Amino acid sequence: MLNKNIFLEIYYNPEIVKELVDSEWDVLIRQSRKAQVLATLFYLLEGNGLIQYVPEKPLNHLLSSKIVADKHFKDTSWEINRIQNALSGLSIPVVFLKGAAYIVAEAPNSKGRLFHDVDILVPRHKLQEVEQSLIDHGWYSTHLSKYDQKYYRQWMHELPPMKHMRRNTLLDVHHHIVPLTSQAVPDIDKLSNAIVEHPPQSLHTLSPPDMVLHSIVHLFHDGEFDHSLRDLIDIDILIRHFNDKGDLPKRITKRARELKLERPVFYAFRYLKRILRVKYLNQIDNKKIKRPNVVLLSCMDFLFIRAITAHHASCEKTFSSFSRWCLYIRAHYLRMPIQLLIPHLIRKAIMDDEN
Amino acid sequence: MLLSDLSIEKIKSGLKIFGLGYKAGPFNISVTSNIPAVTEHIRYFYSHYNCNSEAVFVDFHVEVNSVGGYRRWYKPQVTFVFDGYEPFVPLPINQAPAMFEWGLNWAIANTAHQYLIIHSAIIEKDGYGLIMPGTPGSGKSTLCAALVNRGWRLLSDEMALLSLADGLIYPAPRPVSLKNKSIDVIGQFAPELSIGPHAYGTDKGTVAHVVPPWSSIERQHELAPPISRIVFPKYKAGSQSSLVQLKETDTIMQLIEGTFNYNALGEKGFLAITDVVSNSKCQKFTYSSLDDAITVFEDFTN
Repeated sequence: MLNKNIFLEIYYNPEIVKELVDSEWDVLIRQSRKAQVLATLFYLLEGNGLIQYVPEKPLNHLLSSKIVADKHFKDTSWEINRIQNALSGLSIPVVFLKGAAYIVAEAPNSKGRLFHDVDILVPRHKLQEVEQSLIDHGWYSTHLSKYDQKYYRQWMHELPPMKHMRRNTLLDVHHHIVPLTSQAVPDIDKLSNAIVEHPPQSLHTLSPPDMVLHSIVHLFHDGEFDHSLRDLIDIDILIRHFNDKGDLPKRITKRARELKLERPVFYAFRYLKRILRVKYLNQIDNKKIKRPNVVLLSCMDFLFIRAITAHHASCEKTFSSFSRWCLYIRAHYLRMPIQLLIPHLIRKAIMDDEN
Repeated sequence: MLLSDLSIEKIKSGLKIFGLGYKAGPFNISVTSNIPAVTEHIRYFYSHYNCNSEAVFVDFHVEVNSVGGYRRWYKPQVTFVFDGYEPFVPLPINQAPAMFEWGLNWAIANTAHQYLIIHSAIIEKDGYGLIMPGTPGSGKSTLCAALVNRGWRLLSDEMALLSLADGLIYPAPRPVSLKNKSIDVIGQFAPELSIGPHAYGTDKGTVAHVVPPWSSIERQHELAPPISRIVFPKYKAGSQSSLVQLKETDTIMQLIEGTFNYNALGEKGFLAITDVVSNSKCQKFTYSSLDDAITVFEDFTN
């Protein structure tokens, strides 16, 4: 079983851990660490009652990664509490996004996940007040050069990243889920009108279909493929978590049509089936979703299948890193019209705006 | 089988292609490198270590390779890779062996959370274990190199591994790292010791490693006694050797500060540290003469 993605084999069928030999465990731990799913693997095996089959040495690595992930979970939960507290005077719902939202919604993928920052969504007309309130509570703006500040404030969907002066934690304050310069900008009011409140602390997230949609847009439009396999797994676990009535995939496609985000959903469903072999999408007729033409689709298959993997030498395919590069360029093209993008990239290449 | 039993060709092809595997304390290591100085470093310092058996689970696959591109010709650099991650910026190529040691320390400190990992030298004699937590310039490694040359067993010069599962100390002796003046101090104190090549101009100044005593390496898979004493060394030129009792609370705070993975372990780490401190004598040791220091330490075991 060497020279392939053992992590995925176990994701399809956790029972096979019973038969792994030491050299396979060796590859599995390395692939999982590189893909940032080592602690996810721990929780997957624990959830299936299979931890007892893990030999001592790989178990040490799994337990260690669980310790780190649990610490991330605890720290991020506290950060959520502090942000909610800092903005409580503004009487607006603070909508937690991405990783923080998974914690607030108690989705199982929040266990075993690493968190690098917290993302929140607030109404655009309240941005100034939100920023001031955060500054009053110890956050400060990074990326202080005039150009960067203008870049974020004029073109992006978020403020320049903020950092807390004592905890050194990062916070992204969004007023939209995609850059305003993107080719497809969904109506943000439609998302805001559907947000969900989670008692007892009145924390807010997007509605379940919108939360999944946001994760999908993030993976298939953002061009960051460092932990693409983890991101796809996030989407899978979220769908299964919110799919208790069995109609979530249908609601997602309906919502994608309303928000003009059909293309990323088409890709997400296609690669959930092809890469993670999920079953719950079998009733969904992917033909009903607006699909790319045949030539484009075969290009995208080539790129995504190669880009979404563990990125470890043991399972990299030919052209994997080339594919990630192409998708990175594509993401920039989707984010900004070419007449904005080219000057921006040139400026970034020659000027060091940080200093 | 020891690494010294392998032919030079086998060592070279191991380093180049499959990874050269050996056991360091509780860990199975595998190194890949295309840098001749790393091959020399491994042969010089690790020849008495056991080879990994075939198809074994390896805890740390590390790579220490030269940086490609124009760096091949202009100011060559070395980079350290662990499971596809590069935690450090590349360093000048003359620091390759040191980067291998530092990188391995980093990998252990960041992923082996089955242990409380205290930044300290740890040594043992006749079943009496002690740790010397280090702050830069305290002379921890100098004192450690001197003591293990006079009958103490080296468990580690850099990190004490206290298992959170069974409360036992796990030895992982590796080359003792000396910096700047202490390289000559140890060279004069024990001319018979083997000191490797100097790496000049590192972040820590000039660095050289000392080969640990053979007996410490031979006994590296033998469990170590519990910690009985915590000694914070302080080198002070011209001073008389003196031991000053420290408060338990101060010692706990200092150990928290000096534990690599305290942040990850949290409460578990706190409980383990308070446990060690309550079972140990805690002292600050000021010294200038290594011979005097050795006499003082000799009394601990009586």
